[in-house]
Amino acid sequence: MTALAIRVEKLSKRYRLGQIQKYKTLRDTLMDHLYAPARAVSSLAFGRKKSPRAKDHVIWALKDVSFQVEQGDVVGVIGHNGAGKSTLLKILTRITEPTSGVVQGRGRVGSLLEVGTGFHPELTGRENIALNGAILGMGHREVARKFDRIVEFAEIERFIDTPVKHYSSGMYVRLGFAVAAHLEPEILLVDEVLAVGDAAFQRKCLGKMEDIAHQGRTVLFVSHAMSTIQNLCSRAILLENGTIAAEGLPQAVITNYMEMVQNDTVLSLDNRTDREGSGTLRFTKLYAVSESRGVSDTVCTGEDVTVVAEYESSGAPLKNVSISIPFYDHTGRHMFMCWTRLTGQDWDNIASEGEFRVRIDNFPLMPGRYTLNVWSEVNGNLADWIRNATTLNVVDGDFFGTGYLPPSTHAGMAVNHRWDYESRS
Amino acid sequence: MFEIRSSSGWRLLDVRELWQFREVAYFLTLRDIKVRYKQTAIGVTWALLQPAAMMVVFTLFFGRMAGVPSEGIPYPLFALAGLMPWQLFSRAISESTQSLVTDQRLITRVYFPRIMVPLSSVLAASVDFLITGGLVGGLMLYFGVGVQAQVVWLPLFVILMVVTALGVGFWLSALNVEYRDVMYTVPFLNQFWLFVTPVIYPASSVPERWRLLYGLNPMTGVVEGFRWSLLDAGQAPGQMMAVSALVSLTLLVTGIVWFRRRERTFVDALGSGGR
Repeated sequence: MTALAIRVEKLSKRYRLGQIQKYKTLRDTLMDHLYAPARAVSSLAFGRKKSPRAKDHVIWALKDVSFQVEQGDVVGVIGHNGAGKSTLLKILTRITEPTSGVVQGRGRVGSLLEVGTGFHPELTGRENIALNGAILGMGHREVARKFDRIVEFAEIERFIDTPVKHYSSGMYVRLGFAVAAHLEPEILLVDEVLAVGDAAFQRKCLGKMEDIAHQGRTVLFVSHAMSTIQNLCSRAILLENGTIAAEGLPQAVITNYMEMVQNDTVLSLDNRTDREGSGTLRFTKLYAVSESRGVSDTVCTGEDVTVVAEYESSGAPLKNVSISIPFYDHTGRHMFMCWTRLTGQDWDNIASEGEFRVRIDNFPLMPGRYTLNVWSEVNGNLADWIRNATTLNVVDGDFFGTGYLPPSTHAGMAVNHRWDYESRS
Repeated sequence: MFEIRSSSGWRLLDVRELWQFREVAYFLTLRDIKVRYKQTAIGVTWALLQPAAMMVVFTLFFGRMAGVPSEGIPYPLFALAGLMPWQLFSRAISESTQSLVTDQRLITRVYFPRIMVPLSSVLAASVDFLITGGLVGGLMLYFGVGVQAQVVWLPLFVILMVVTALGVGFWLSALNVEYRDVMYTVPFLNQFWLFVTPVIYPASSVPERWRLLYGLNPMTGVVEGFRWSLLDAGQAPGQMMAVSALVSLTLLVTGIVWFRRRERTFVDALGSGGR
């Protein structure tokens, strides 16, 4: 027997452009009002309708979003940055008001939005637990009863009477999650927090969230980690431009999202003038082909990826051709390179047109944005070299086949490994 | 069951909700008090030192050198009795003005009645008030000034003081979210306000015909009320006091209504909280 936990109906939220993160000064506003008559006169005189300033620049962060969540559901919310995920959670937690629409729900709503939600830096861990309890609307007796379990889960016994501003970000998240999960709200909203913290704690949190779901409580979970959504959630919602683009079983919604992320257009390198080399061989295209989405600028960690470099040449047949494709992260750091010489595969007998393909099994890069150079040498002479020839988005995938990836704070790459154990007793 | 929808129109306080979240106000006040005294070298001594120093300065320059009258009360006691409500007011408005911006991390991440933020700033200032009160008591003993029957009215003036501080605090805190230059005007406002309030001089120095106009300053009523009920100084409450009290109440009601009107967009104006 299931009952509705949350019903969202035609929810919309409008922001005025500039309202976010920018504040007016009283002076500006007063001046605006003072000059308003003058502007009115000048617009009459010059026939302009409105000054540019008076025009309303609005963004709909959410537009007519409707969905229902049943009690005990674990719902994943996915979508691009700016698709409206955080706005949705902020409305559900009453942090901000919707412009129109209604949310109805049953039970207390607890939330963990971003790192260390709702903690006051000057208060100690102990006081913050009580403060959070008060915010959830529970008495100090109820909080006291759960206090020990929270502290134990967060592993911060020694620092419980230290102001949380001295906590490390890991401790912050641990306590934040422990409080949100143990104060037993009927509805728990979690936003992206599991990206921080070490792997062991992440696992602990996921386990706790499963427990919560088994207890018939409701979880709404915003994440970019597709593997987590898939493992943890019973349903998923895909937001795009403030509206619901897909809704249903996690796998189907994730596939939908992946198709959206995918960008099939492969940019031609023909127009690139920022290249070096003699030009006896010229690259024309550089793109990745992945198991999951074919030709795409997006691949998953752990899947088999082929990078294709198409070229044309004037001096065919070419001999002794060396091709290299190095990968850089967004800071410009070398991650790894694929080079024909490394594998002993410099090519002879190269025709005037063709493509080089390099296959990378178990793609090792962690989720993020990477850039690729492409480089070639013919007979020891630089033939063509294009920096930043293309960019590659890497998203979460199941590298190890276990659903886990190392935390991005602790790894730049995933590396295949096996453990062995031998007893010496 | 809960329901979230866009609120509209002008609202007063939701008393049930405030009661439900009462412990939040307690923790915010606790934090304000802790921060105020924990991070200073001499801690609570500040609360004693400040009014005492001001009293000495006022006594020297206004009481002695300028010969400002003090209603037949020793000038130090006269000044300190005025400083007692004035300091709470002045601290309350400067702290509450910045309160919402200071607490934006909390406000942009969890929900609780926003009005508790400036409220707790005012409540936290009451510790200083009590300490100054102790100082006044000591001075009364020293000068041998006893209390009269009208001291029973003192609580009423304490309430009036809090009402005034809350009213101004609600207005300024809400305005400061949208217009950050408000907080730069507060020090000036504080200074100016001190001179139009009978702290240094008695209200009786103001010409009779200007008294009603003078009463438009809500702190006039509060300070005069304190002196009258505590020291039997000045005139018994009359028309001027009534005007002051009316202004105080108006400030509180309009402050609440304005605050409640603007609080819907606080989070949007505060942004994501300066991560």
